Amino acid sequence: MAARLVSRCGAVRAAPHSGPLVSCRRWSGASTDTVYDVVVSGGGLVGAAMACALGYDIHFHDKKILLLEAGPKKVLEKLSETYSNRVSSISPGSATLLSSFGAWDHICNMRYRAFRRMQVWDACSEALIMFDKDNLDDMGYIVENDVIMHALTKQLEAVSDRVTVLYRSKAIRYTWPCPFPMADSSPWVHITLGDGSTFQTKLLIGADGHNSGVRQAAGIQNVSWNYDQSAVVATLHLSEATENNVAWQRFLPSGPIALLPLSDTLSSLVWSTSHEHAAELVSMDEEKFVDAVNSAFWSDADHTDFIDTAGAMLQYAVSLLKPTKVSARQLPPSVARVDAKSRVLFPLGLGHAAEYVRPRVALIGDAAHRVHPLAGQGVNMGFGDVSSLAHHLSTAAFNGKDLGSMSHLTGYETERQRHNTVLLAATDLLKRLYSTSASPLVLLRTWGLQATNAVSPLKEQIMAFASK
Amino acid sequence: MWGGRKLGSSGGWFLRVLGPGGWNTKAARRLISSAVYVKNQLSWTLQIKPGIFNEYRTIWFKSYRMIFSCLNRIKSFRYPWARLYSTSQTTVDSGEVKTFLALAHKWWDEQGVYAPLHSMNDLRVPFIRDNLLKTIPNHQPGKPLLGMKILDVGCGGGLLTEPLGRLGASVIGIDPVDENVKTAQCHKSFDPVLDKRIEYRVCSLEEIVEETAETFDAVVASEVVEHVIDLETFLQCCCQVLKPGGSLFITTINKTQLSYALGIVFSEQIAGIVPKGTHTWEKFVSPETLESILESNGLSVQTVVGMLYNPFSGYWHWSENTSLNYAAHAVKSRVQEHPTSAEFVLKGETEELQANTCTNPAVHEELKK
Repeated sequence: MAARLVSRCGAVRAAPHSGPLVSCRRWSGASTDTVYDVVVSGGGLVGAAMACALGYDIHFHDKKILLLEAGPKKVLEKLSETYSNRVSSISPGSATLLSSFGAWDHICNMRYRAFRRMQVWDACSEALIMFDKDNLDDMGYIVENDVIMHALTKQLEAVSDRVTVLYRSKAIRYTWPCPFPMADSSPWVHITLGDGSTFQTKLLIGADGHNSGVRQAAGIQNVSWNYDQSAVVATLHLSEATENNVAWQRFLPSGPIALLPLSDTLSSLVWSTSHEHAAELVSMDEEKFVDAVNSAFWSDADHTDFIDTAGAMLQYAVSLLKPTKVSARQLPPSVARVDAKSRVLFPLGLGHAAEYVRPRVALIGDAAHRVHPLAGQGVNMGFGDVSSLAHHLSTAAFNGKDLGSMSHLTGYETERQRHNTVLLAATDLLKRLYSTSASPLVLLRTWGLQATNAVSPLKEQIMAFASK
Repeated sequence: MWGGRKLGSSGGWFLRVLGPGGWNTKAARRLISSAVYVKNQLSWTLQIKPGIFNEYRTIWFKSYRMIFSCLNRIKSFRYPWARLYSTSQTTVDSGEVKTFLALAHKWWDEQGVYAPLHSMNDLRVPFIRDNLLKTIPNHQPGKPLLGMKILDVGCGGGLLTEPLGRLGASVIGIDPVDENVKTAQCHKSFDPVLDKRIEYRVCSLEEIVEETAETFDAVVASEVVEHVIDLETFLQCCCQVLKPGGSLFITTINKTQLSYALGIVFSEQIAGIVPKGTHTWEKFVSPETLESILESNGLSVQTVVGMLYNPFSGYWHWSENTSLNYAAHAVKSRVQEHPTSAEFVLKGETEELQANTCTNPAVHEELKK
C-alpha cells in the first residue's frame, strides 16, 4: 500500500531463494496432511516457552499447535544433588512471562536463587558500578537451564489437548507457499520430517538456535561474526557459607569473568576468555583452576598509577557533587574448590537476523539474535520475543485474522528489533571497549563507569531496560 | 508512479461500465457510457451527467499500457449493449457486477488492489464481534461467536466472511458475481475448519429472502450499500432475513463534498488507492438517509461511527468524523409490527368488545343500584 505513495525498498518481501534446505516448488500434493495453526520448530527454552504461551492463551483454545524438538524428552524425576553448570540469569520480565502460564511455580518448588545486587568493575582501574534496587526487590534470578526446561515440559503436558509435542523429530525440508494466491496450490507452509511425515501450518515459528534451519531455509540474511573468545562454565564451592545474593562481574583485558550465586555455598562461573586460555582452564587440574579464578577476581596486577590517579580525581569530584557516600569496592567470596567434571567451554559469537518475519514465518530467540553472555541477556531477549509474539498472535486470533498474515507479524518485528538491536549493539560495544588495556580507552571507560555509577537515574534506566 | 501498481498487476485491463440499467429515483439523471476502438487499443470513454454538478468529466481507460491522466474531459457516447431500463426487481447493478468481475482473482493479495479492504478488517471485525458479544451471555474462549448465524451480503472474495468464521460463527456469504464466489470458495477450501463453517452462494439478497426469512442473528453489508440500485428494497430485505433482536452491520461511504474530493478524486484518480470506477458519488449514502430508512423498517440504529484511512501507513482508524467512511450498527426490534400487526389489531378489538360486554353488566348493575 504505502509502497506506492512512499517508495520503500523493503516493503515487498522477496520470495525466498533456494538454499540447502529450501524447496520453492509449488506444493500440489496431498491435502490430507494435518493443518496446524502454529508449528514451533525447536524445543529449547525459548521454543518450549512459546508453545506454552500459546497453549495457555485464552484466544487459542480452538487452535492446534505443534512443537518439534530434535532431542529426546528430558525427564527429571528427582532433582539431582549437584547443580548443573548451565545456568541462566532470569530477569523479572522473563519471570512474569513464565508465571503467566504457571511454569514459575514449578521453578519455585524446585530451586532458584534470587540476587539483589550486582557489582561490575574493571581490572585495570578502581572504577566500579553497583546496581541494586532501592526497595530491595530481587534484581533477577539465577536458575539452572534444566530446571526451567523441566518446568516448561510439565506445563506443556498439562495442555496436551491443544499442544502436540514431537520429540526426536527434526524437520528436513520446508516448502513455502507461493507469494501470490493461486487457485490450486495450498497457501500453507509444508514441513517434512526426517521420518517422512508431513504437516502443513499457517504459521511457522523458528526457535531452533543460532544455526537456525528455518532461517536458512527462508533465505533470511544473518549478520554474524565469531568472537575470539570462548566461555568456560563451572560450578564452584565457596570457602565459607555467605548470604550470597550478589552477582559479581569483573572485566579483565582477556574477557569478563562472572560469579553468579546458586546457593549459600555454591556459585556458577562464566569466564569468557581467549580460545587458548579457555582450553587451558578446562584441562588444568582443579587446584590451579581455583587459584586462577581467585586471582582473576582479586589481583590488581593490571592497575597502572596513571589510571589510578585519574580515577581518584573523578571520584573526588563526584563526591563533592553527590552528597551520599559512594560505596567502596567489595571483593567477591573466595572459591575453595570446583565441582568435578563441571568445567565446559563453548564458543561465543554475535548474530542478528536482518528480518525476523516473512509471510507465515517468524523467528524468535537465538535464531533471530545471538549475544555475548557478558550482560546476561541472551535468554531474556528470547523470552521477550515470546512475550511480544504471543501478544500479537493473541490479538490477531481474537480478530479472526489469518495467523500467518504479515500485518501483525511486522508489528512484532518492529517492536523487538528496536529493543534487541540496541541491546546487541551495547553489548558488542562493551565487549570491545573492555577487551583492551590501552591507556586512552582504559581512561575513557574508567571515567565513563564512574560517571554512570554516580548518576542514579541513568543506572535505573539501564536496569529497567535490561529487566524487560 | 501512481500507475506503477497497475502496470505491475496482471495484464487485464479495467472495464468500467456504468450500466444505464440503474435508475436512481431520487436524482433524475442518466449514466451513459460507451466503447470506442482506437487502433489496437480498446478505450472507454464515459460521460457522467450528475444532477448536482453542472460539470462534465471524462475518464479515459486504456489497456494495461495506459498512461495515467489527471485531467479528465467528458465526451458522450452510447453504450451499445446495455439495457436502458431495469425490468426486474433487483438491487444488483449489472454495471457494478462487471467492474468487480475484472478483479475477481485479486481478492487475496494483501498488498494488492484490495489492500485497504484487508486492513479494514482490523476495524470492522472487532466492531461486529464486540457488538454481537453483548448479546451472548457467556461465550466460549477461542470461539466467541459460536452458535451465531451470520449473513455476509456482497461478500466478494470472503475477506470479511473468513474472520467471522474463524471466530466460531456459521456464515453464509452471498455475492452476485460468480467469479468472486469461486475465488472465495477456493480460498476457504484449504482450511478444514473454515470449510465447515462457511457456505458461499452466487445470488442476490432478494433471491434468498423467502427461504431465509428470520433466520440470521446478524447481517453484514460492508462496503455494499454504495453499489446497490435500490437502497430501500435492499435494507427491507436485510430486515426480513434478520431474527427479531438481530443486528445489522453496515459500512459505507458518506455523500459529502469531502467524500467526493478524497474518496473519488484523490483515491481513485490521483493516488490509485481504489481502482478507478469502483465508486459513484451519487450512490454514496449519508448516515441520515441510512438512519431514516432503517428506522422506517423497524431497525433501531445503535451506533454510527466514522472511519478514517491513512494512505501512507495503510491502516484505518476510528474517528468522530463521519464525513468519509462510517460504520453503523442497527438492531431489529423484538416486537413484530408489520406482518402480524393486523392480527393484533383484530385481537385487540375483539378483546375490547369482550371487555366492554363484561363491564356493561357491571355498569348496568351499578346503574340499577
